[in-house]
Amino acid sequence: MTVRKNQATLSPDEKKRFVGAVLELKRSGRYDDFVRTHNEFIMSDTDTGERTGHRSPSFLPWHRRFLLDFEQALQSVDSSVALPYWDWSTDRTLRASLWAPDFLGGTGRSSDGRVMDGPFAASAGNWPMNVRVDGRTFLRRSLGTGVRELPTPAEVESVLSISTYDMAPYNSASEGFRNNLEGWRGVNLHNRVHVWVGGQMATGVSPNDPVFWLHHAYVDKLWAEWQRRHPDAGYVPTGGTPDVVDLDETMKPWNDVRPAELLDHTKFYTFDS
Amino acid sequence: MPDISRRRALTAVAALAATATAATVVAPAASATGHEHPMPMPQAFDEVYKGRRIQGRLMSGGGHHHEHGGGFEVLVDGVQLHVMQNADGTWISVVSHYDPVATPRAAARAAVDELQGAPLLPFPAN
Repeated sequence: MTVRKNQATLSPDEKKRFVGAVLELKRSGRYDDFVRTHNEFIMSDTDTGERTGHRSPSFLPWHRRFLLDFEQALQSVDSSVALPYWDWSTDRTLRASLWAPDFLGGTGRSSDGRVMDGPFAASAGNWPMNVRVDGRTFLRRSLGTGVRELPTPAEVESVLSISTYDMAPYNSASEGFRNNLEGWRGVNLHNRVHVWVGGQMATGVSPNDPVFWLHHAYVDKLWAEWQRRHPDAGYVPTGGTPDVVDLDETMKPWNDVRPAELLDHTKFYTFDS
Repeated sequence: MPDISRRRALTAVAALAATATAATVVAPAASATGHEHPMPMPQAFDEVYKGRRIQGRLMSGGGHHHEHGGGFEVLVDGVQLHVMQNADGTWISVVSHYDPVATPRAAARAAVDELQGAPLLPFPAN
């Protein structure tokens, strides 16, 4: 059984294996398919139309399945690898070991945002930006400049305390747990982290930065934590909602998986704590 | 960006704004797909911001891509920037997709800031 661990607790060997598997997916071309899929959904999910991957109740199960696909691809390279998660409410500075050269590398240089160290730096030659929206072919970051602060534990707590999963109109204007976690409303958790990282992470092609997976693995863990705290609250809506994925409706692009089948993460993996 | 260069850029913008066409367009009727847009269309704009031409205008021909600017398109140096309007009226673009701003012009300026001079690639080719 896959155990997803806090990135801060990984051994040097676990970091090396994770990085190695990610680089192999990149080399083989499989990595960029994930970037492309994400960008297609982020450009087509709209508040007034069909919405599946973002700004909708299925934001959480869609990303759970998307991460499962990516994790399985990693495991096809190295079966010992699991997705780590980044608790950004705790490891909230540029000094976090997450950004060290033996893992993801650090922030970009001020002139052009280019990441200069670590295995994903353009200079290492292993991380070309193939799926992109502008002419720049190197990984960029500007940690802590688009927004100064990552969410605090108290802010996370305030969102976990919301007892309703989601509410009509089931989009970026909704009240409820999902939209407060996604960040279009309230203290802003998930969206703010994308902005804090900057570079490609602030764009539609955000999976170009490997931290995308660690960010979403923690968002996914927060969903699990919310379920533990609100055992009587479930995914909504449960039927007949235009443009929105109901509990028992299939989700694109897979077309064979429903939110109902993704509510229990323990069928697929557990967390270290 | 240092204040002095920003001020210079804004001065250039002000000079150009005088010649720009600032037409107010009305909200379109519900589209054939039934996705009625509840909010009024923003004002068209055409200016030079930090040395780059940014334009916003009502889309000609309806713009049925796999994207949704709600019938309004934004260009940076003539290349279309994918933009989207949120339910609360705010806007985002594909280069700042998690950070809503008030208007499509603000989204275009945020894109120029983000691009740091790099050319935008046409979508959905990218």
